[in-house]
Order: sequence, then C-alpha cells, then structure tokens
Amino acid sequence: MSQAPQPPGAPVVRREGREKVTGTARYAAEHAPPGCLYGWIVPATVPGGVVTATRTADALAVPGVHTVLTPDNAPRLEDPDDPILSVLQDDRVPHRGWPVALVLAESLEAARAGAAAVRVEYRTTGHDVVLTGDHPGLYTPEQANGGHPAVRERGDAEAAFASAPVRIDATYTLGGLHNHPMEPHASTARWADGHLTVHDSSQGSTTVRDSLARALGIDKDHITVISEHVGGGFGSKGTPRPQVVLASMAARHTGRPVQLSLPRRYMAAVVGHRAPTVQRVRLGADREGVLASVSHEIVTHTSTVAEFVEQAAVPARVMYASPHSRTAHRVTALDVPTPSWMRAPGEASGMYALESAMDELACALGIDPVELRLRNEPAAEPDSGRPFSSRNLAACLNDGARRFGWHERDPGPAARQEGPWLLGTGVASATYPVLVSKSAASAHAAPDGSYRIGVNATDIGTGARTVLAQIAASVLGTPPENVRIDIGNSDLPAGSVAGGSSGTASWGSAVHKAATGLAGRLAGRTGPLPPEGVTVTADTARETGEESPYARHAFGAHFVEVAVDSLTGEVRVRRMLGVFAAGHILNSRTARSQFIGGMVMGLGMALTEGSTMDPVFGDFTENDLASYHVPSCADVPDIQAHWIDEDDPHLNPMGSKGIGEIGIVGTAAAIGNAVRHATGARLRTLPLTPDKLLPYLP
Amino acid sequence: MDPTPGNDDADAAQVPLPGTRSTFSLDINGTARTVTLDHRTTVLDALREHLGLTGAKKGCDHGQCGACTVLVDGRRANSCLLFAVAQEGARITTVEGLADGDRLHPVQAAFLERDALQCGYCTPGQICSAVGMLGEAADGFPSHVTPPTATTVPEGPAALGAEEIRERMSGNLCRCGAYPHIVRAIEDVAP
Ligand code: FES
Ligand code: FES
Repeated sequence: MSQAPQPPGAPVVRREGREKVTGTARYAAEHAPPGCLYGWIVPATVPGGVVTATRTADALAVPGVHTVLTPDNAPRLEDPDDPILSVLQDDRVPHRGWPVALVLAESLEAARAGAAAVRVEYRTTGHDVVLTGDHPGLYTPEQANGGHPAVRERGDAEAAFASAPVRIDATYTLGGLHNHPMEPHASTARWADGHLTVHDSSQGSTTVRDSLARALGIDKDHITVISEHVGGGFGSKGTPRPQVVLASMAARHTGRPVQLSLPRRYMAAVVGHRAPTVQRVRLGADREGVLASVSHEIVTHTSTVAEFVEQAAVPARVMYASPHSRTAHRVTALDVPTPSWMRAPGEASGMYALESAMDELACALGIDPVELRLRNEPAAEPDSGRPFSSRNLAACLNDGARRFGWHERDPGPAARQEGPWLLGTGVASATYPVLVSKSAASAHAAPDGSYRIGVNATDIGTGARTVLAQIAASVLGTPPENVRIDIGNSDLPAGSVAGGSSGTASWGSAVHKAATGLAGRLAGRTGPLPPEGVTVTADTARETGEESPYARHAFGAHFVEVAVDSLTGEVRVRRMLGVFAAGHILNSRTARSQFIGGMVMGLGMALTEGSTMDPVFGDFTENDLASYHVPSCADVPDIQAHWIDEDDPHLNPMGSKGIGEIGIVGTAAAIGNAVRHATGARLRTLPLTPDKLLPYLP
Repeated sequence: MDPTPGNDDADAAQVPLPGTRSTFSLDINGTARTVTLDHRTTVLDALREHLGLTGAKKGCDHGQCGACTVLVDGRRANSCLLFAVAQEGARITTVEGLADGDRLHPVQAAFLERDALQCGYCTPGQICSAVGMLGEAADGFPSHVTPPTATTVPEGPAALGAEEIRERMSGNLCRCGAYPHIVRAIEDVAP
C-alpha cells in the first residue's frame, strides 16, 4: 500500500486479510474462557406436539455433564422481540429441530454424549409441512418482508392479459434453500460483576445486544456483544438466533462461561431458510414485445412461530414498464422451521421467475431477449411512479452483451453440439434496492497525527473495515493506513445490521459525517492537539429518517454459457459474466469478490442447492453439507464481474449502492435460460439436476 | 452418536476414568505438545479447545467441508475425522505453522494478494489444502481430470492448470464463493 491518500475505489487490500490467512482471526467459538462449559442442544425429534416428559438422569450421569436445562429449570425470559428466541420456556414443539433441552458439560465430548442420553417424550398432534399452490391455509398477509405491501395493483391486469395478442402464463416452483455460512452459528457468553459479555457470530451486534437486553430483562448497558470476525451469514445471522439466548441463559444459570456452537446438521431447522415459493407469472404483450400486463403472484410458507413472507413479487414492481400490473403474496403457516432472510430475499426467488418468463416471452415472439428487455425500459418506477435516482439496466445489458459476444448468438434452441455436450447461452437482469439504516460513528484525531474511527459495523466477509477506513481517509485527506478502525463491538457507536446490502451506505454515511465534523474541528484549530486528542461523534438519524423522492435501485445483467451432457443430464456452467450498475464502487478488489460470490451462490441455486421438506418426518432432508450441495470449486468456472460507474447524487455522501446481494439476483434465471437454449427444455423448477433434465434429452 | 462414557477436561480436576483418557505427545508445527485427552477428542478439537490453535476451523465436524484441513506428515487431512490419540508421532502442520516468522508462506501471500477470501472461515483449510495439493501434484499424484497415462506409475509432477486446481481443491467448500480467486492464487504459486 502506498502512503498517499487513495483515490475512491482504490483496490486497497483487506485489512484483516493477514489475520485470516495466518489463522489468527478469532471467531465467536474461539474465545473459550477458563472454566468454560460447552453446550449441546437437544433438538425435538417430532414435527409438532408437546413435550410430556424430559428424563435427564442418564444425561446427568454422563461423566463431565454439569447441567441439563429444560423448560422446568431454564431461566425465564421476558417476551423476546422475535418468538424464535423464546427457547426452553414451555413444552410446545412448533417444528422438528426446535430446541427442547440444552446440555452443559466440561467438554464437547461429554456435552454431546449427554445430549444423546436425554430422553424426551412427546405427544404428537399431527403436522402439516408441505406447501402447495392451493393450500387451504393460504391467506394474504398485511405485509411481505421488508415492509412491502402484500398486494399492489395498477390498471386491470386480468383484462389486459386476456386481451393481449401474446401471452405467457407460467408457474415456477422453488424449494427451500439454506444459507449455510461456513461458520456455524456460535456464541460464547460469560457473566462477570453483573455484566454479560457475548462473542456472537452475528451480522449486527447492536441488534443482538438490544434483543438480549429485552429477552433477559436487563439493561443494555450491562451487555456487550462482540462480533469481531464472522464466518459468513448471508442473512442467517442478521438477527439473533437461539444459540445466543441459550448461551446467555446457561451462563447466567451456571455461573460459568458457556460456549455453544450449532452442529451443522441442526442449523437447517434453527437459523432460517429461504422459503419455498410457487410463483405464477403472467405477461401480456403486443407483437413487438411491449408489455401491457405483468402479473406476479406468490404462494409461500411461514412457520407457526413467526410470520415471514418472502417478498418475491416485489422486483416486478421495479423492473419493466406496463400499464397494467398485479403483484401479490399469499402465505400459509405450516409446522415448519421459521423462514428468514437468505441473500437477496425476495429478489433472488422473484427474479428467477420473472426473468425466466421474460425469456419465455422472447422465445414466443422470436425477439432477442436483450432487445426485449430494452423495449420495456420504464421512464419511472412502474409501481410508484417515482423517478429513478439512476437506472442503468440498459447499459449493463448492452455492455454485457458486447463483452460476452452475445450478438453472435444463434437464437434457435438445441442447435449446438460438441461431442455429447449441448451448448447454450442465456441472459437475465438483476436488481436490488438501495437500503440504508441509521448508524452512529465516532472520529478521533490523536496528537501524533493518526486517526481512529469507531462504528459498530460488522465485517461478515465484505471488507467493511477496509472500505470504512477508505471513506474516513478520503474525508480526512490521509492514507488509509493512518486510520485505525474499530468495529464489531456493541460498546461502539450503534451500527445497523450487515444486511440488505446496506452496511457500507449506513455505516459509511455515519463515518463520513463524523469524519467531516472532525475535519471541520481540526481546520478551525491552531497549535498542537490536546493530549487527549479531539473526538467528534455523529449519527444519521435525520438523513435516514427522510424518505427519498427517488426510486433507488442497483441493476445488473448476467450472461451465461452452459454445456449440458446429453448422456447424463449434467449441466456445467462454462462462462459467467455479470455487469452491474451500483453507484460508485468504493474498493474494486473487495467489490469484485462480493459480486462473484453472489454469482457463485446463484449458480448453486440454479444447479445444486435445494432443501426438500420431508412430508413424513417434517424436516429438511438435506440438512448437512454432504446432502445440501453448495457449489464446490470444480462447479465454478472463471467468473467475470464488471461494473458501470454511476454518478448518482441521490444516494449518500459516497455515492454508493449496495453490492452484497445483487450478484445472486437473476443468476439462476440466466442459467435456466441457457439450459433452455442448449436443450430446448424449459424447466420451471430448481435446481436443474440431471434427473429433471434427462427426460428431455435426445 | 458416540455413547461411550467420557470424562471431563483435565482442568476440571476430577479423577480420570481408566481407559477413557490418555496422556500422549503430539507434534504440532514442529513442537512436541504433551496432552491428556479423552479418546473421543479429534485432532480438530484438540487444536481448538486444548492447544489454543483455532486456525483450523470447524465447519461441519463430519468430513464434508474441509474447513478443518491440516497437514499430517505433509499430506492434507480433515482433522475432524482424526482421533488425536491415534496421531502420536505424526507431524501435524496447521495454518499457524506455515509462515516463516513474519514472512507469509507463498500460498498465504497469494491468497491475500488475489483477495481469495471473504469471511475467512474456510481460508485456513483452503490454504493448508493448497499446500498439501501442491505437494501431491509434485509427487505425481493424478486427479480425476488428469489425462490417463499408459502406466499407473506417476510420470513426474502433474501439471496444474485451472481445471486441475479446481478438481483438486473441491474438498474445501467456500460459501462466500471465493473459488475463482482461490484458483488464481494457487496458479500464481504452482510451478
Ligand atoms: S470440519 Fe472437518 S471437514 Fe468440515
Ligand atoms: S471465505 Fe467465507 S467461506 Fe470461504
């Protein structure tokens, strides 16, 4: 790194990279204090009912087992803000995998053996776990995730569809998906002198602290939550999960520090999933491909514990012009684990269906799919009528097409063969909203000329430390090396969660404001700084409280080439290229990694990943990494991510849009569209595994 | 699940049950470490919970993810699948043992330079795996994608193109999707 101020977007090397490559970066389960007890959850083995007896004598007889917590002896919680945190409070089993006891022992081995020795008896009450498009329990919720209205209507979508000369009416079915960050959810909790300190694997430790304060009924000032390094989250660590409550309760109950990691196989039921969806898309267009009617109707599930509605119809409110539209969500509460955020909730599933349907329309019309999208560019956001702060979808499509060599494409299906391989290419658009939340930051100038920034940001792998240091350094006119940055601790000025691709915008705005205030204070001074230095704090309550008059979204375009083995049905992605328009890119090195990472997860969604709900057992069948196939190195080709720099004055002081999620949006559609081009087969369900493709191959 | 009655940690000052614990020596990063461990303790848990070496990560504890990869006598292994008590006499190298003082191992340096990591949780396993894999290739081990040879005897070092690297590194999952950069980093170091 040079010692000069860096231009915006400079590829500054990840700050904590050295700790990560040498193995010294410590994660939540790597702080075991002396005298620590290890926890092991006992998960419910029935999909619904009540616990009638928990026999702990055998477990307590296991050498090394210290305590078994059950609803009979676990500390009482106040009403937690999220009902999934209400663990060991009563005998109800809302779904298989719900924690019914917690074993605490002197070693991991003893905890595990103890958990195996707990005998739990249940009275089962029957269960209903399978989502169908016509499930009798379906209802229209008040809102979908993100506070979006469940239903939006414009014009008369039904009538306009009925009278359109060209119609696509297609239903797409997605099973559940799991985040599976490589670091399992873990917490290490200890109480000392009335103060609770927790190392938690979380995407936002201010939120965890506030939730714990409420659940445990103690003052926030008596809790510190630390999330220094976090091994991925992808939404599943966006709000507190049960392990942090269990570890804190157990530490309080035993008076000993407690470390609790979720075994991988327990995660599927406890930390959230992307809910399955049945999505009906109807597109009505004229013969030139101009849309008259767009309908996107979602059916999904939630649990009986909490309502979470995957907002998959929301991107259709943003994407394409059409005078008539209906976008609607219905949900049914089943005896399933509670769904939650998984990378780009709403957009990832919804854009699979919408962008597949656009491809179907292009095929029906014989219009190039890039051209079809360009013909339906809206002048303003279709749903709200608000002007876009910037919208460069067309530029992404055009630039991507040029880089990919799209225009040499022969549109005919199943027309290219290379030995047993059928080749095809596909395209899809991407979108993700610009979100921002209130955050606070402090900026400190020391007499030795160095600076120190404090903000409770969380770095889940995004490079937050690095980019925040760059933001502060550019305001202060100093090299980033001269700025120390403290994040990942709830004692720091409150930061919002690392989610919704909002981290850099939210924390960065606060850092920018505090650093600007500090620069102003320093400019007004003469002579040396006082020994204690100068500190300025700021928060963005005012800025984030105002609603923007603009529709603000990032956009992108994916281009994919696949090869489908005509003998086995295996799909191999040969090339993937994404072009994104997301404001100014603040660090080209870490940004590229994020875009590519999202695209890899999209590849998994398209080809390898799926969680099947077992109708008899009532749990996800693929609950470990041997059965839930996240893409491996051999599945992933060289991926190119490019971007179009946008100068959008309506965003934040950095001019940035979020980039953590848009990479996964549209990827699966582009792959599915390429498979259709390769084989002629239009499958409307994911993942595109060989068994699904084989019946359509020559 | 293993129902064998175990005993608690040595620190807890209880009398060990005969036959469930042993005192033995492990060679970790060139240093002999004497430990008294439950026979069920894996090398991974020995490192992380007893020896203060948390570089090797636990992603699954079932041999499915590679996050716990270490080198045992120079060959990569999933340390969650090895009982510590069975490794007396073996040379175990963890990610903490790769750098030479402040000088990073070339694979570590390449990962940093190529931004071949995000959250970093798979990274120690990826790096140990890459180091082990380079050794395997140098010793002529073929992979699934290596073109067949006339004999089964290795014909010198295996050439490492991107496809070979992808295949040979597929035992190490990365949910952040850093694979393209991981492959570049290893290409930088491969002979
Ligand atoms: S932790 Fe050993 S392979 Fe996953
Ligand atoms: S860097 Fe996060 S799992 Fe690989």
